[in-house]
Amino acid sequence: MARIYAGLTTSHVPAIGAAIDLGKTAEPYWRPVFEGYEFSKHWVSQQPPDVIILVYNDHASAFSQEIIPTFALGCADRFEPADEGWGPRPVPTVLGHAELAAHIAQSVILDEFDLTIVNKMEVDHGLTVPLSLVFGQPAEWPCRVIPLAVNVVQYPPPTGHRCFEFGRAIARAVDSYPEDLRVMVWGTGGMSHQLQGKRAGLINQKFDNHFLDTIGPDPEALTRISHLEYLRESGSEGIELVMWLIMRGALHEQVRVLHRFYHVPASNTAVGHLLLDNT
Amino acid sequence: MERQNDYDDIPGTTVFDAERARRGYHLNMFCMSLMKAENRAAFKADPAAFLQRFPMTPEQREAVLQRDWNRMIELGGNIYYLAKLFSTDGKSFQFTAAQMTGMSQEQYAQMMLAGGRSPDGNRSKSEWKDRG
Repeated sequence: MARIYAGLTTSHVPAIGAAIDLGKTAEPYWRPVFEGYEFSKHWVSQQPPDVIILVYNDHASAFSQEIIPTFALGCADRFEPADEGWGPRPVPTVLGHAELAAHIAQSVILDEFDLTIVNKMEVDHGLTVPLSLVFGQPAEWPCRVIPLAVNVVQYPPPTGHRCFEFGRAIARAVDSYPEDLRVMVWGTGGMSHQLQGKRAGLINQKFDNHFLDTIGPDPEALTRISHLEYLRESGSEGIELVMWLIMRGALHEQVRVLHRFYHVPASNTAVGHLLLDNT
Repeated sequence: MERQNDYDDIPGTTVFDAERARRGYHLNMFCMSLMKAENRAAFKADPAAFLQRFPMTPEQREAVLQRDWNRMIELGGNIYYLAKLFSTDGKSFQFTAAQMTGMSQEQYAQMMLAGGRSPDGNRSKSEWKDRG
């Protein structure tokens, strides 16, 4: 049987990807960011997943204003890195797990989560930066990845509560998959940041730390945060944090926090990262 | 008709909602076109001519040519679409964010190193009254 054994959250700042791609990880500005991932890199390498369900948002790369799915599940065998305006990131092609993805799609739709099935999709920094943070620069990614893209670009994103419940539906889907697979769920994006307007540069360390402290023991409290509160307190782009609640909903009620990391800044953004044991 | 939304009270912030997305559609689709290398080359060779390929408003075209980021956002642009434009220019999110705040990139980077812009005093337009 397939089993979700761990969850992971991380910001997916594009400048982090650029720092990796350009060999700047040892520079004083970046070193503290990458040191914050050493524990999880090691832990994941010792307990590698067969499949990662990677919750992220597309940044107007695969989806433009032509089509804006709220939840889109990548059901293809492979996903190429997107050209976001400076050429594709020099990272391996992402290999999907079409069978498990199809099973999840069928299961969650019957569970009343009407997601969009995507069989052709490029993946941008939202998906590839987390992989780079945890796996470095391998010739091939060491596992399969099922991309789950959430609209957080055009308001309104799904509510935190809906995301959490969707995570629960994903867990039910994985639990009912007959093949023995070790599955991780990653929730990415955030933490507080605002990339636009005269309020750009907003960082709310109090909000972020409360979020990091609470998502393990009491995620349902976080599902009550309104969109207005995210926008006002964590910045117009901080609302990406609803994606962490999909990850959390997919884990058990009780989880163990194996690693916690918080750092300001990476470019414009507060970096937050958790590794959660689901066994 | 402009609808009033609770988030309109957040100062220095434009929420990219359905109404603004509708207004910015062609501006954002122009930005999307810059994901292709040949379009980037054509745009760089003759920016004004390239913009004619898209049914944008004259104000949107002017804002693009001036790289007036706040104005582009006001006219329905969204930062993740505009990212294709500043990436074409070889600029970063931090460069562009600094421009939007009216700070130099160095001042802005210093603010971020010092912990970023605090939410205190930046939650409601009523707190920005004196800023004009």
